[in-house]
Amino acid sequence: MADFLDVITTYNIPAAYWVNLKLAFFSTVIALTLGLVLAMMRISPIPSLRALGASYVTLMRNTPLTVIMVFAVLVLWPIFGVNFSQNFAQNFFWLAVLSLSVYHASFFCEAIRSGVNTVPVGQAEAARAIGLSFLPAARLVIMPQAFRGAIAPLGNTIIALIKNTTVAAAASVAEISILMREMIENNGNYVIPIFLTIAVGFVVIVIPVGMATTYLSQKLAVSR
Amino acid sequence: MRTTTHRALALAATSALVLAGCSSDGDSDNDGSGDTLTIGIKFDQPGLGFKDGEEYTGFDVDVARYVADKLGYAEEDVEFVEAISANRETMLEGDQVDMIFATYSITEERDEVVDFAGPYFVAGQDLLVRADETDITGPDTLEGKNLCSVSGSTSAQRVKDTYDQGTGINLVEQPGYSECLSLLTSGQVDAVTTDDIILAGLAAEEGSGAMKVVGNPFSEERYGVGIPEGSDQCQAINDALTDMFEDGSWQEALDAATTGTGFTPNAELNPPTLVECK
Repeated sequence: MADFLDVITTYNIPAAYWVNLKLAFFSTVIALTLGLVLAMMRISPIPSLRALGASYVTLMRNTPLTVIMVFAVLVLWPIFGVNFSQNFAQNFFWLAVLSLSVYHASFFCEAIRSGVNTVPVGQAEAARAIGLSFLPAARLVIMPQAFRGAIAPLGNTIIALIKNTTVAAAASVAEISILMREMIENNGNYVIPIFLTIAVGFVVIVIPVGMATTYLSQKLAVSR
Repeated sequence: MRTTTHRALALAATSALVLAGCSSDGDSDNDGSGDTLTIGIKFDQPGLGFKDGEEYTGFDVDVARYVADKLGYAEEDVEFVEAISANRETMLEGDQVDMIFATYSITEERDEVVDFAGPYFVAGQDLLVRADETDITGPDTLEGKNLCSVSGSTSAQRVKDTYDQGTGINLVEQPGYSECLSLLTSGQVDAVTTDDIILAGLAAEEGSGAMKVVGNPFSEERYGVGIPEGSDQCQAINDALTDMFEDGSWQEALDAATTGTGFTPNAELNPPTLVECK
């Protein structure tokens, strides 16, 4: 056990987790924004926007994240020339954020839409009755209530996103799963302790998110 | 008692991997205790261990077949399964395979949990470049160049640790060498690095002579035969390898794997001196 501790301290595990956390942070911000736009499109009165939103969600939700990630690295970057930085590490980081964002946006969209479904139809009718058009009604009446009802599913999506940051290994981002592979390559004698260490790290990161969303979903729930 | 727990844990971990779809080993019930010999190889390294439809080809496979034959297994009793790098130790510890021939470098750490026979080849880390490349002649000429290797591999680490200190090497770590090769072909990277014999296989697979191995190796990787800890097969494997070196079939297999790639194995180190069995 002491030997194993000697081994793992030669690797910079926190730095690798930090990359996952950065991926998760930027992807959550972008995906949540995009997901909100998509949700608005899907509940909007304009049929073409609704169809567009539904198509996006159906397409992205049913495409494996790894496929999107590999597409970004092997097609988007070399063939379409999407380049965020001359520095490879930076470029791949943002390609990974892009992939994670477009993929999870569909799940955030559906989480928000599930929140919209908790808002009674009378709220929308009342908003129309006092003369609000679609956008102000959504912004002032529907969405504030929808978000409070959607906290638990949003939390689940964020947790899934955090764990999915390990897929960024496919995009050459030096995050924890690449470090894990490196550790196994060098220390085949400690394969199982290495797996457990990485797993525990994720538990430590994810449990607070779960606890926070559970707390908030109860605290902020709209009583009807 | 300790080993039993360890085995159980290893088995649990490997079966978890199988469930997660990380391993393509569908026949884990075949523990080799019967009449078949289960051998772990790479499926994705042309010239070394490669699955081409239902055929297995490459230098590792040829050596494995020769050894199996010497151990008294008929060709149809040999079963090849995929052993990706990260799974090799657990597959041996869980007795899912009897032997591993998968560019498996002998290291002290691995030797603690598995046993090694061999080595049957000594490779060295080298660089693969486009055939018209003249600037890159070795690891010291990579300044400002884009380099590709497989994530987590020893080759990638060596570049980071030894040559990346302020030399401005831009390293991309891809999941596999085929991805690296496609980046090299499309001009996104200037060189691919790993063991010379793997690079030679990749260059041969690519064909048309568009790629060449630089031929300036900067490490020594001794490819051993991985066997479960405490296996009694080590000496028999070493005897088979000695026969193979002596009767010319080792050279034949090596030639078959490297012909037309411009790569010549380091003659000083090959055929290698076998390590003594414990």
